Amino acid sequence: MNIVIVGIGKFGKLLTKHLSAENHNIICIDSKQSIIDATVNEFDVMGYVGNGASYQTLVDASVGTYDLLIATTPNDETNILCCLVAKKIGIKQTIARVRNPEYSVQAQMMHGELGISEMLNPDLDTANEIFRIMRFPSALKVETFANGKVDLVEIKLDNKSPLAGISLIKIREKFNLTILVCAVKRGEEVIIPNGDFVLKDGDNVYITGDSQEIEKAFRKFNIYKNKMKNVIIIGGGNISYYLASMLLDSGISVKMIDNNKAKCEEFADAFPKVLVLNGDANNQSLLLKEGLSQADCLVSLTGFDETNIIASTFAKSVNCAKIITKVSNTNYGMVLERIGVDSVVSPVEIFSNNIIRYVRGMQGGESRSTEFKTLYRLIGNKVEAIEFIVDKKTSYTSVPIKDLHIKKNYLLACIIRENRVIIPGGKDTIEPLDSVIIITTNPQLNDVGEILS
Amino acid sequence: MNLKMILYTLGNLLKVTAALLLPPIIVSLVYKEFNYILCFAIPLVESLLLGWFLSFKKPKNTTIFAAEGFVIVGLSWILISLFGAMPFMISKTIPNFVDAFFETVSGFTTTGSTVVADVETTFLNAHGVLFWRSFTHWIGGMGVLVFILAFMPNVGETFYIMKAESPGPQVGKLVSKVRLTARILYFIYIGLTILEIIVLVLGRMPFFDSIVLSFGTAGTGGFGIKNDSIAGYNDFCQIVIGAFMMLFGINFNLFYLIIIGKVKQALKSEELAWYLSIITIAVAAITINLSLTTAEAFGTILKNSFFTVSAFITTTGYSNSAFENWPQFSQTILFLLMFVGACAGSTGGGIKVSRIAILVKSSKREIKNLIHPNAISSVRFEGQKVEDSVVRSIKNFFVLYMFLFVGCLLVVSLDKYDFVTNITAVASAINNIGPGLGNIIGSTGNYGGFNIASKLVLIFAMFVGRLEIYPIIIMFNRKAWLNK
Repeated sequence: MNIVIVGIGKFGKLLTKHLSAENHNIICIDSKQSIIDATVNEFDVMGYVGNGASYQTLVDASVGTYDLLIATTPNDETNILCCLVAKKIGIKQTIARVRNPEYSVQAQMMHGELGISEMLNPDLDTANEIFRIMRFPSALKVETFANGKVDLVEIKLDNKSPLAGISLIKIREKFNLTILVCAVKRGEEVIIPNGDFVLKDGDNVYITGDSQEIEKAFRKFNIYKNKMKNVIIIGGGNISYYLASMLLDSGISVKMIDNNKAKCEEFADAFPKVLVLNGDANNQSLLLKEGLSQADCLVSLTGFDETNIIASTFAKSVNCAKIITKVSNTNYGMVLERIGVDSVVSPVEIFSNNIIRYVRGMQGGESRSTEFKTLYRLIGNKVEAIEFIVDKKTSYTSVPIKDLHIKKNYLLACIIRENRVIIPGGKDTIEPLDSVIIITTNPQLNDVGEILS
Repeated sequence: MNLKMILYTLGNLLKVTAALLLPPIIVSLVYKEFNYILCFAIPLVESLLLGWFLSFKKPKNTTIFAAEGFVIVGLSWILISLFGAMPFMISKTIPNFVDAFFETVSGFTTTGSTVVADVETTFLNAHGVLFWRSFTHWIGGMGVLVFILAFMPNVGETFYIMKAESPGPQVGKLVSKVRLTARILYFIYIGLTILEIIVLVLGRMPFFDSIVLSFGTAGTGGFGIKNDSIAGYNDFCQIVIGAFMMLFGINFNLFYLIIIGKVKQALKSEELAWYLSIITIAVAAITINLSLTTAEAFGTILKNSFFTVSAFITTTGYSNSAFENWPQFSQTILFLLMFVGACAGSTGGGIKVSRIAILVKSSKREIKNLIHPNAISSVRFEGQKVEDSVVRSIKNFFVLYMFLFVGCLLVVSLDKYDFVTNITAVASAINNIGPGLGNIIGSTGNYGGFNIASKLVLIFAMFVGRLEIYPIIIMFNRKAWLNK
């Protein structure tokens, strides 16, 4: 597909990396020559220097027949303007990154009136992800499918875990659960396991299943933690706003620490129920005084990765129950794992995954029999978990799964039929209007039919 | 330095080399010259085996950066020239190794200087070898690594290789993918070559001659297959070759713009305007100079001066007249044209018109800044500001080019020839022209008489010119290998 990306900052660069790896034709537009030079040298894309919101630039770059424009400049207004101009010169679909909470509310209106196909708010999406993780405090990552009916959780096995040392078939018999272990990360290796696979202490295990079923599983695995009651947030940016309002709505008490007095005052005005503290996030005595070691969760959300990492490491050392860290720099992965900062959220990755889901959904167009619903990329993008909706009858519907020849490295993890979650066995079938969740280590899956040999 | 990836790419290159040795075998079969098949079959098998061995397993880490790109390009060209020299040696047409290597490097770098004194008898009934000799021009013109990028699957697609191999100060892509860009360029190249063959055949040139001479024109090489180069063909064919030389000296991006219908944008190119003006002025000056000093018909003078100017500025080096006997003024113009060279992004050599234009403009700016010390101004080319870093690198390129030119000249002057022969031999090699001035290496001369040291230096100069200095320099730079 032909894609224009306007604004090559943190977000634009990661997008360029992921989309060019998926073999799309990409033109990057940025007003700085040096940025374009670096991008063109690093990725197989075309560069164009100019103001992406200007009609003349887009015409000169001859992108009029392109399929998609993504505007990710730091400025919301520029992004919206960019999409308007793009639509005018004939680009089929447009995505704008809009972060200001005030504009987000009018997203629905803008969709109809201005022809922006999608407004993505990475801050809101990040807050949502953090909130999801908080539902299962012992999980490192929680993703949801089918409007929240199915969860995909990541847990790390320690030496006390009852799962270590037994095979997957036995786990099902022993604990009598309808859940599925769909991927395992062992060291650098990523495995899509079969029934004989034996889990080991130290593995990162990905489990899918119905939300209640997973809660039950956590109790049986002795890792269930009670619902959170108090949370400390560090940093008073956009994500914190969204997160605080979600937490307050579900009755959780919130403390917020920021070293900028003006920001603190704004925050206090917006959320009178929140205890707002003006101080340095790395002032450790302040954190202890405010009950860090008794808090159910610490969320580090300042604009600086390093500050977040240090605050989280400190929280870890005083045994804070759950620690979630925002890290935007994708190069830090290895280091974070080493020092044990394991629940990490990255607005950049979340944004980029949302766009990739959108782009995959655009591909194939009318001819496909399934609708691309959700995409999550796990373990450094080595594993993809994808939800499709089967629209119509095809060759593989109503056929027992044991008769379908599913290729290696693909796993049919879940079928959702009329609000029922089925962990498929050999006799189950895929029917039209089902949602199916597929886990794979072969990226770039576009349709359910592709997993059959 | 990602050594595994370098070897892997070289392996792929050798496999392509093997494939490129197939057409001359077919030519030998067509002409029933079966005794020459073996001289291509041996290097074919060798390069295939070595290539298969080197590229057996794709390395895990396929990322390469600028330094690797340069080294890959430098090594590739030396390697392909070594294998390309084998047919000459095995067929005994050019039995001596240094001579055969000289001829092949001259072929791949699209220089077209020959060591063969009598082309017609040496390659008598050896159509396959003669074909191979000109085919090296055609391969070298667009670049063999660009060919690999365009048509071979699974070679880490990288912009660095293309940048290191393509001539010109700034390499742009036509479309967002390197592979597609390389393909478009090759299709334009193939299309123009076929067009020339058709026109020449219509001009009643023998089919084999028109193919071989078109290869020489397309790559801006210049190996002739007659002792008097092009002079023996009819006027129509001479003019056609002259015109096509000029076309192949134009930036290929402009042809792409014309193909996709942006004719106006293509014609607005500033480099094209400089290129055409230089040609017009040179042709006019030589025509007037010759008219005043010789008694030949005006039409012949105009034809000869156009053909020769076109052959020199595009660095092709075909000849249709004894330009070494022209008046000194005309010869000096030809000498200067050698250095100007063709447009960036064409198959031609030399310093390139765009670099010359930017150098001129930058000098103008420096002088302006001396008169108005507070003036803020920028060098503008093709309607855009040229970044100071680009201007600086062009100046650096020019200085290095001249240093290397002078260095090579010093070594060659140890040989037995006169100053004009020496200086034009080196200028001709570093700018990838072919013939020089004077009686030894003039329009019908050859380089067979130079000693081994001179030949090796000229080989070095040819590589430096075709690959635009850096790959060759960086390949010999210890620091690049040690990552220091």
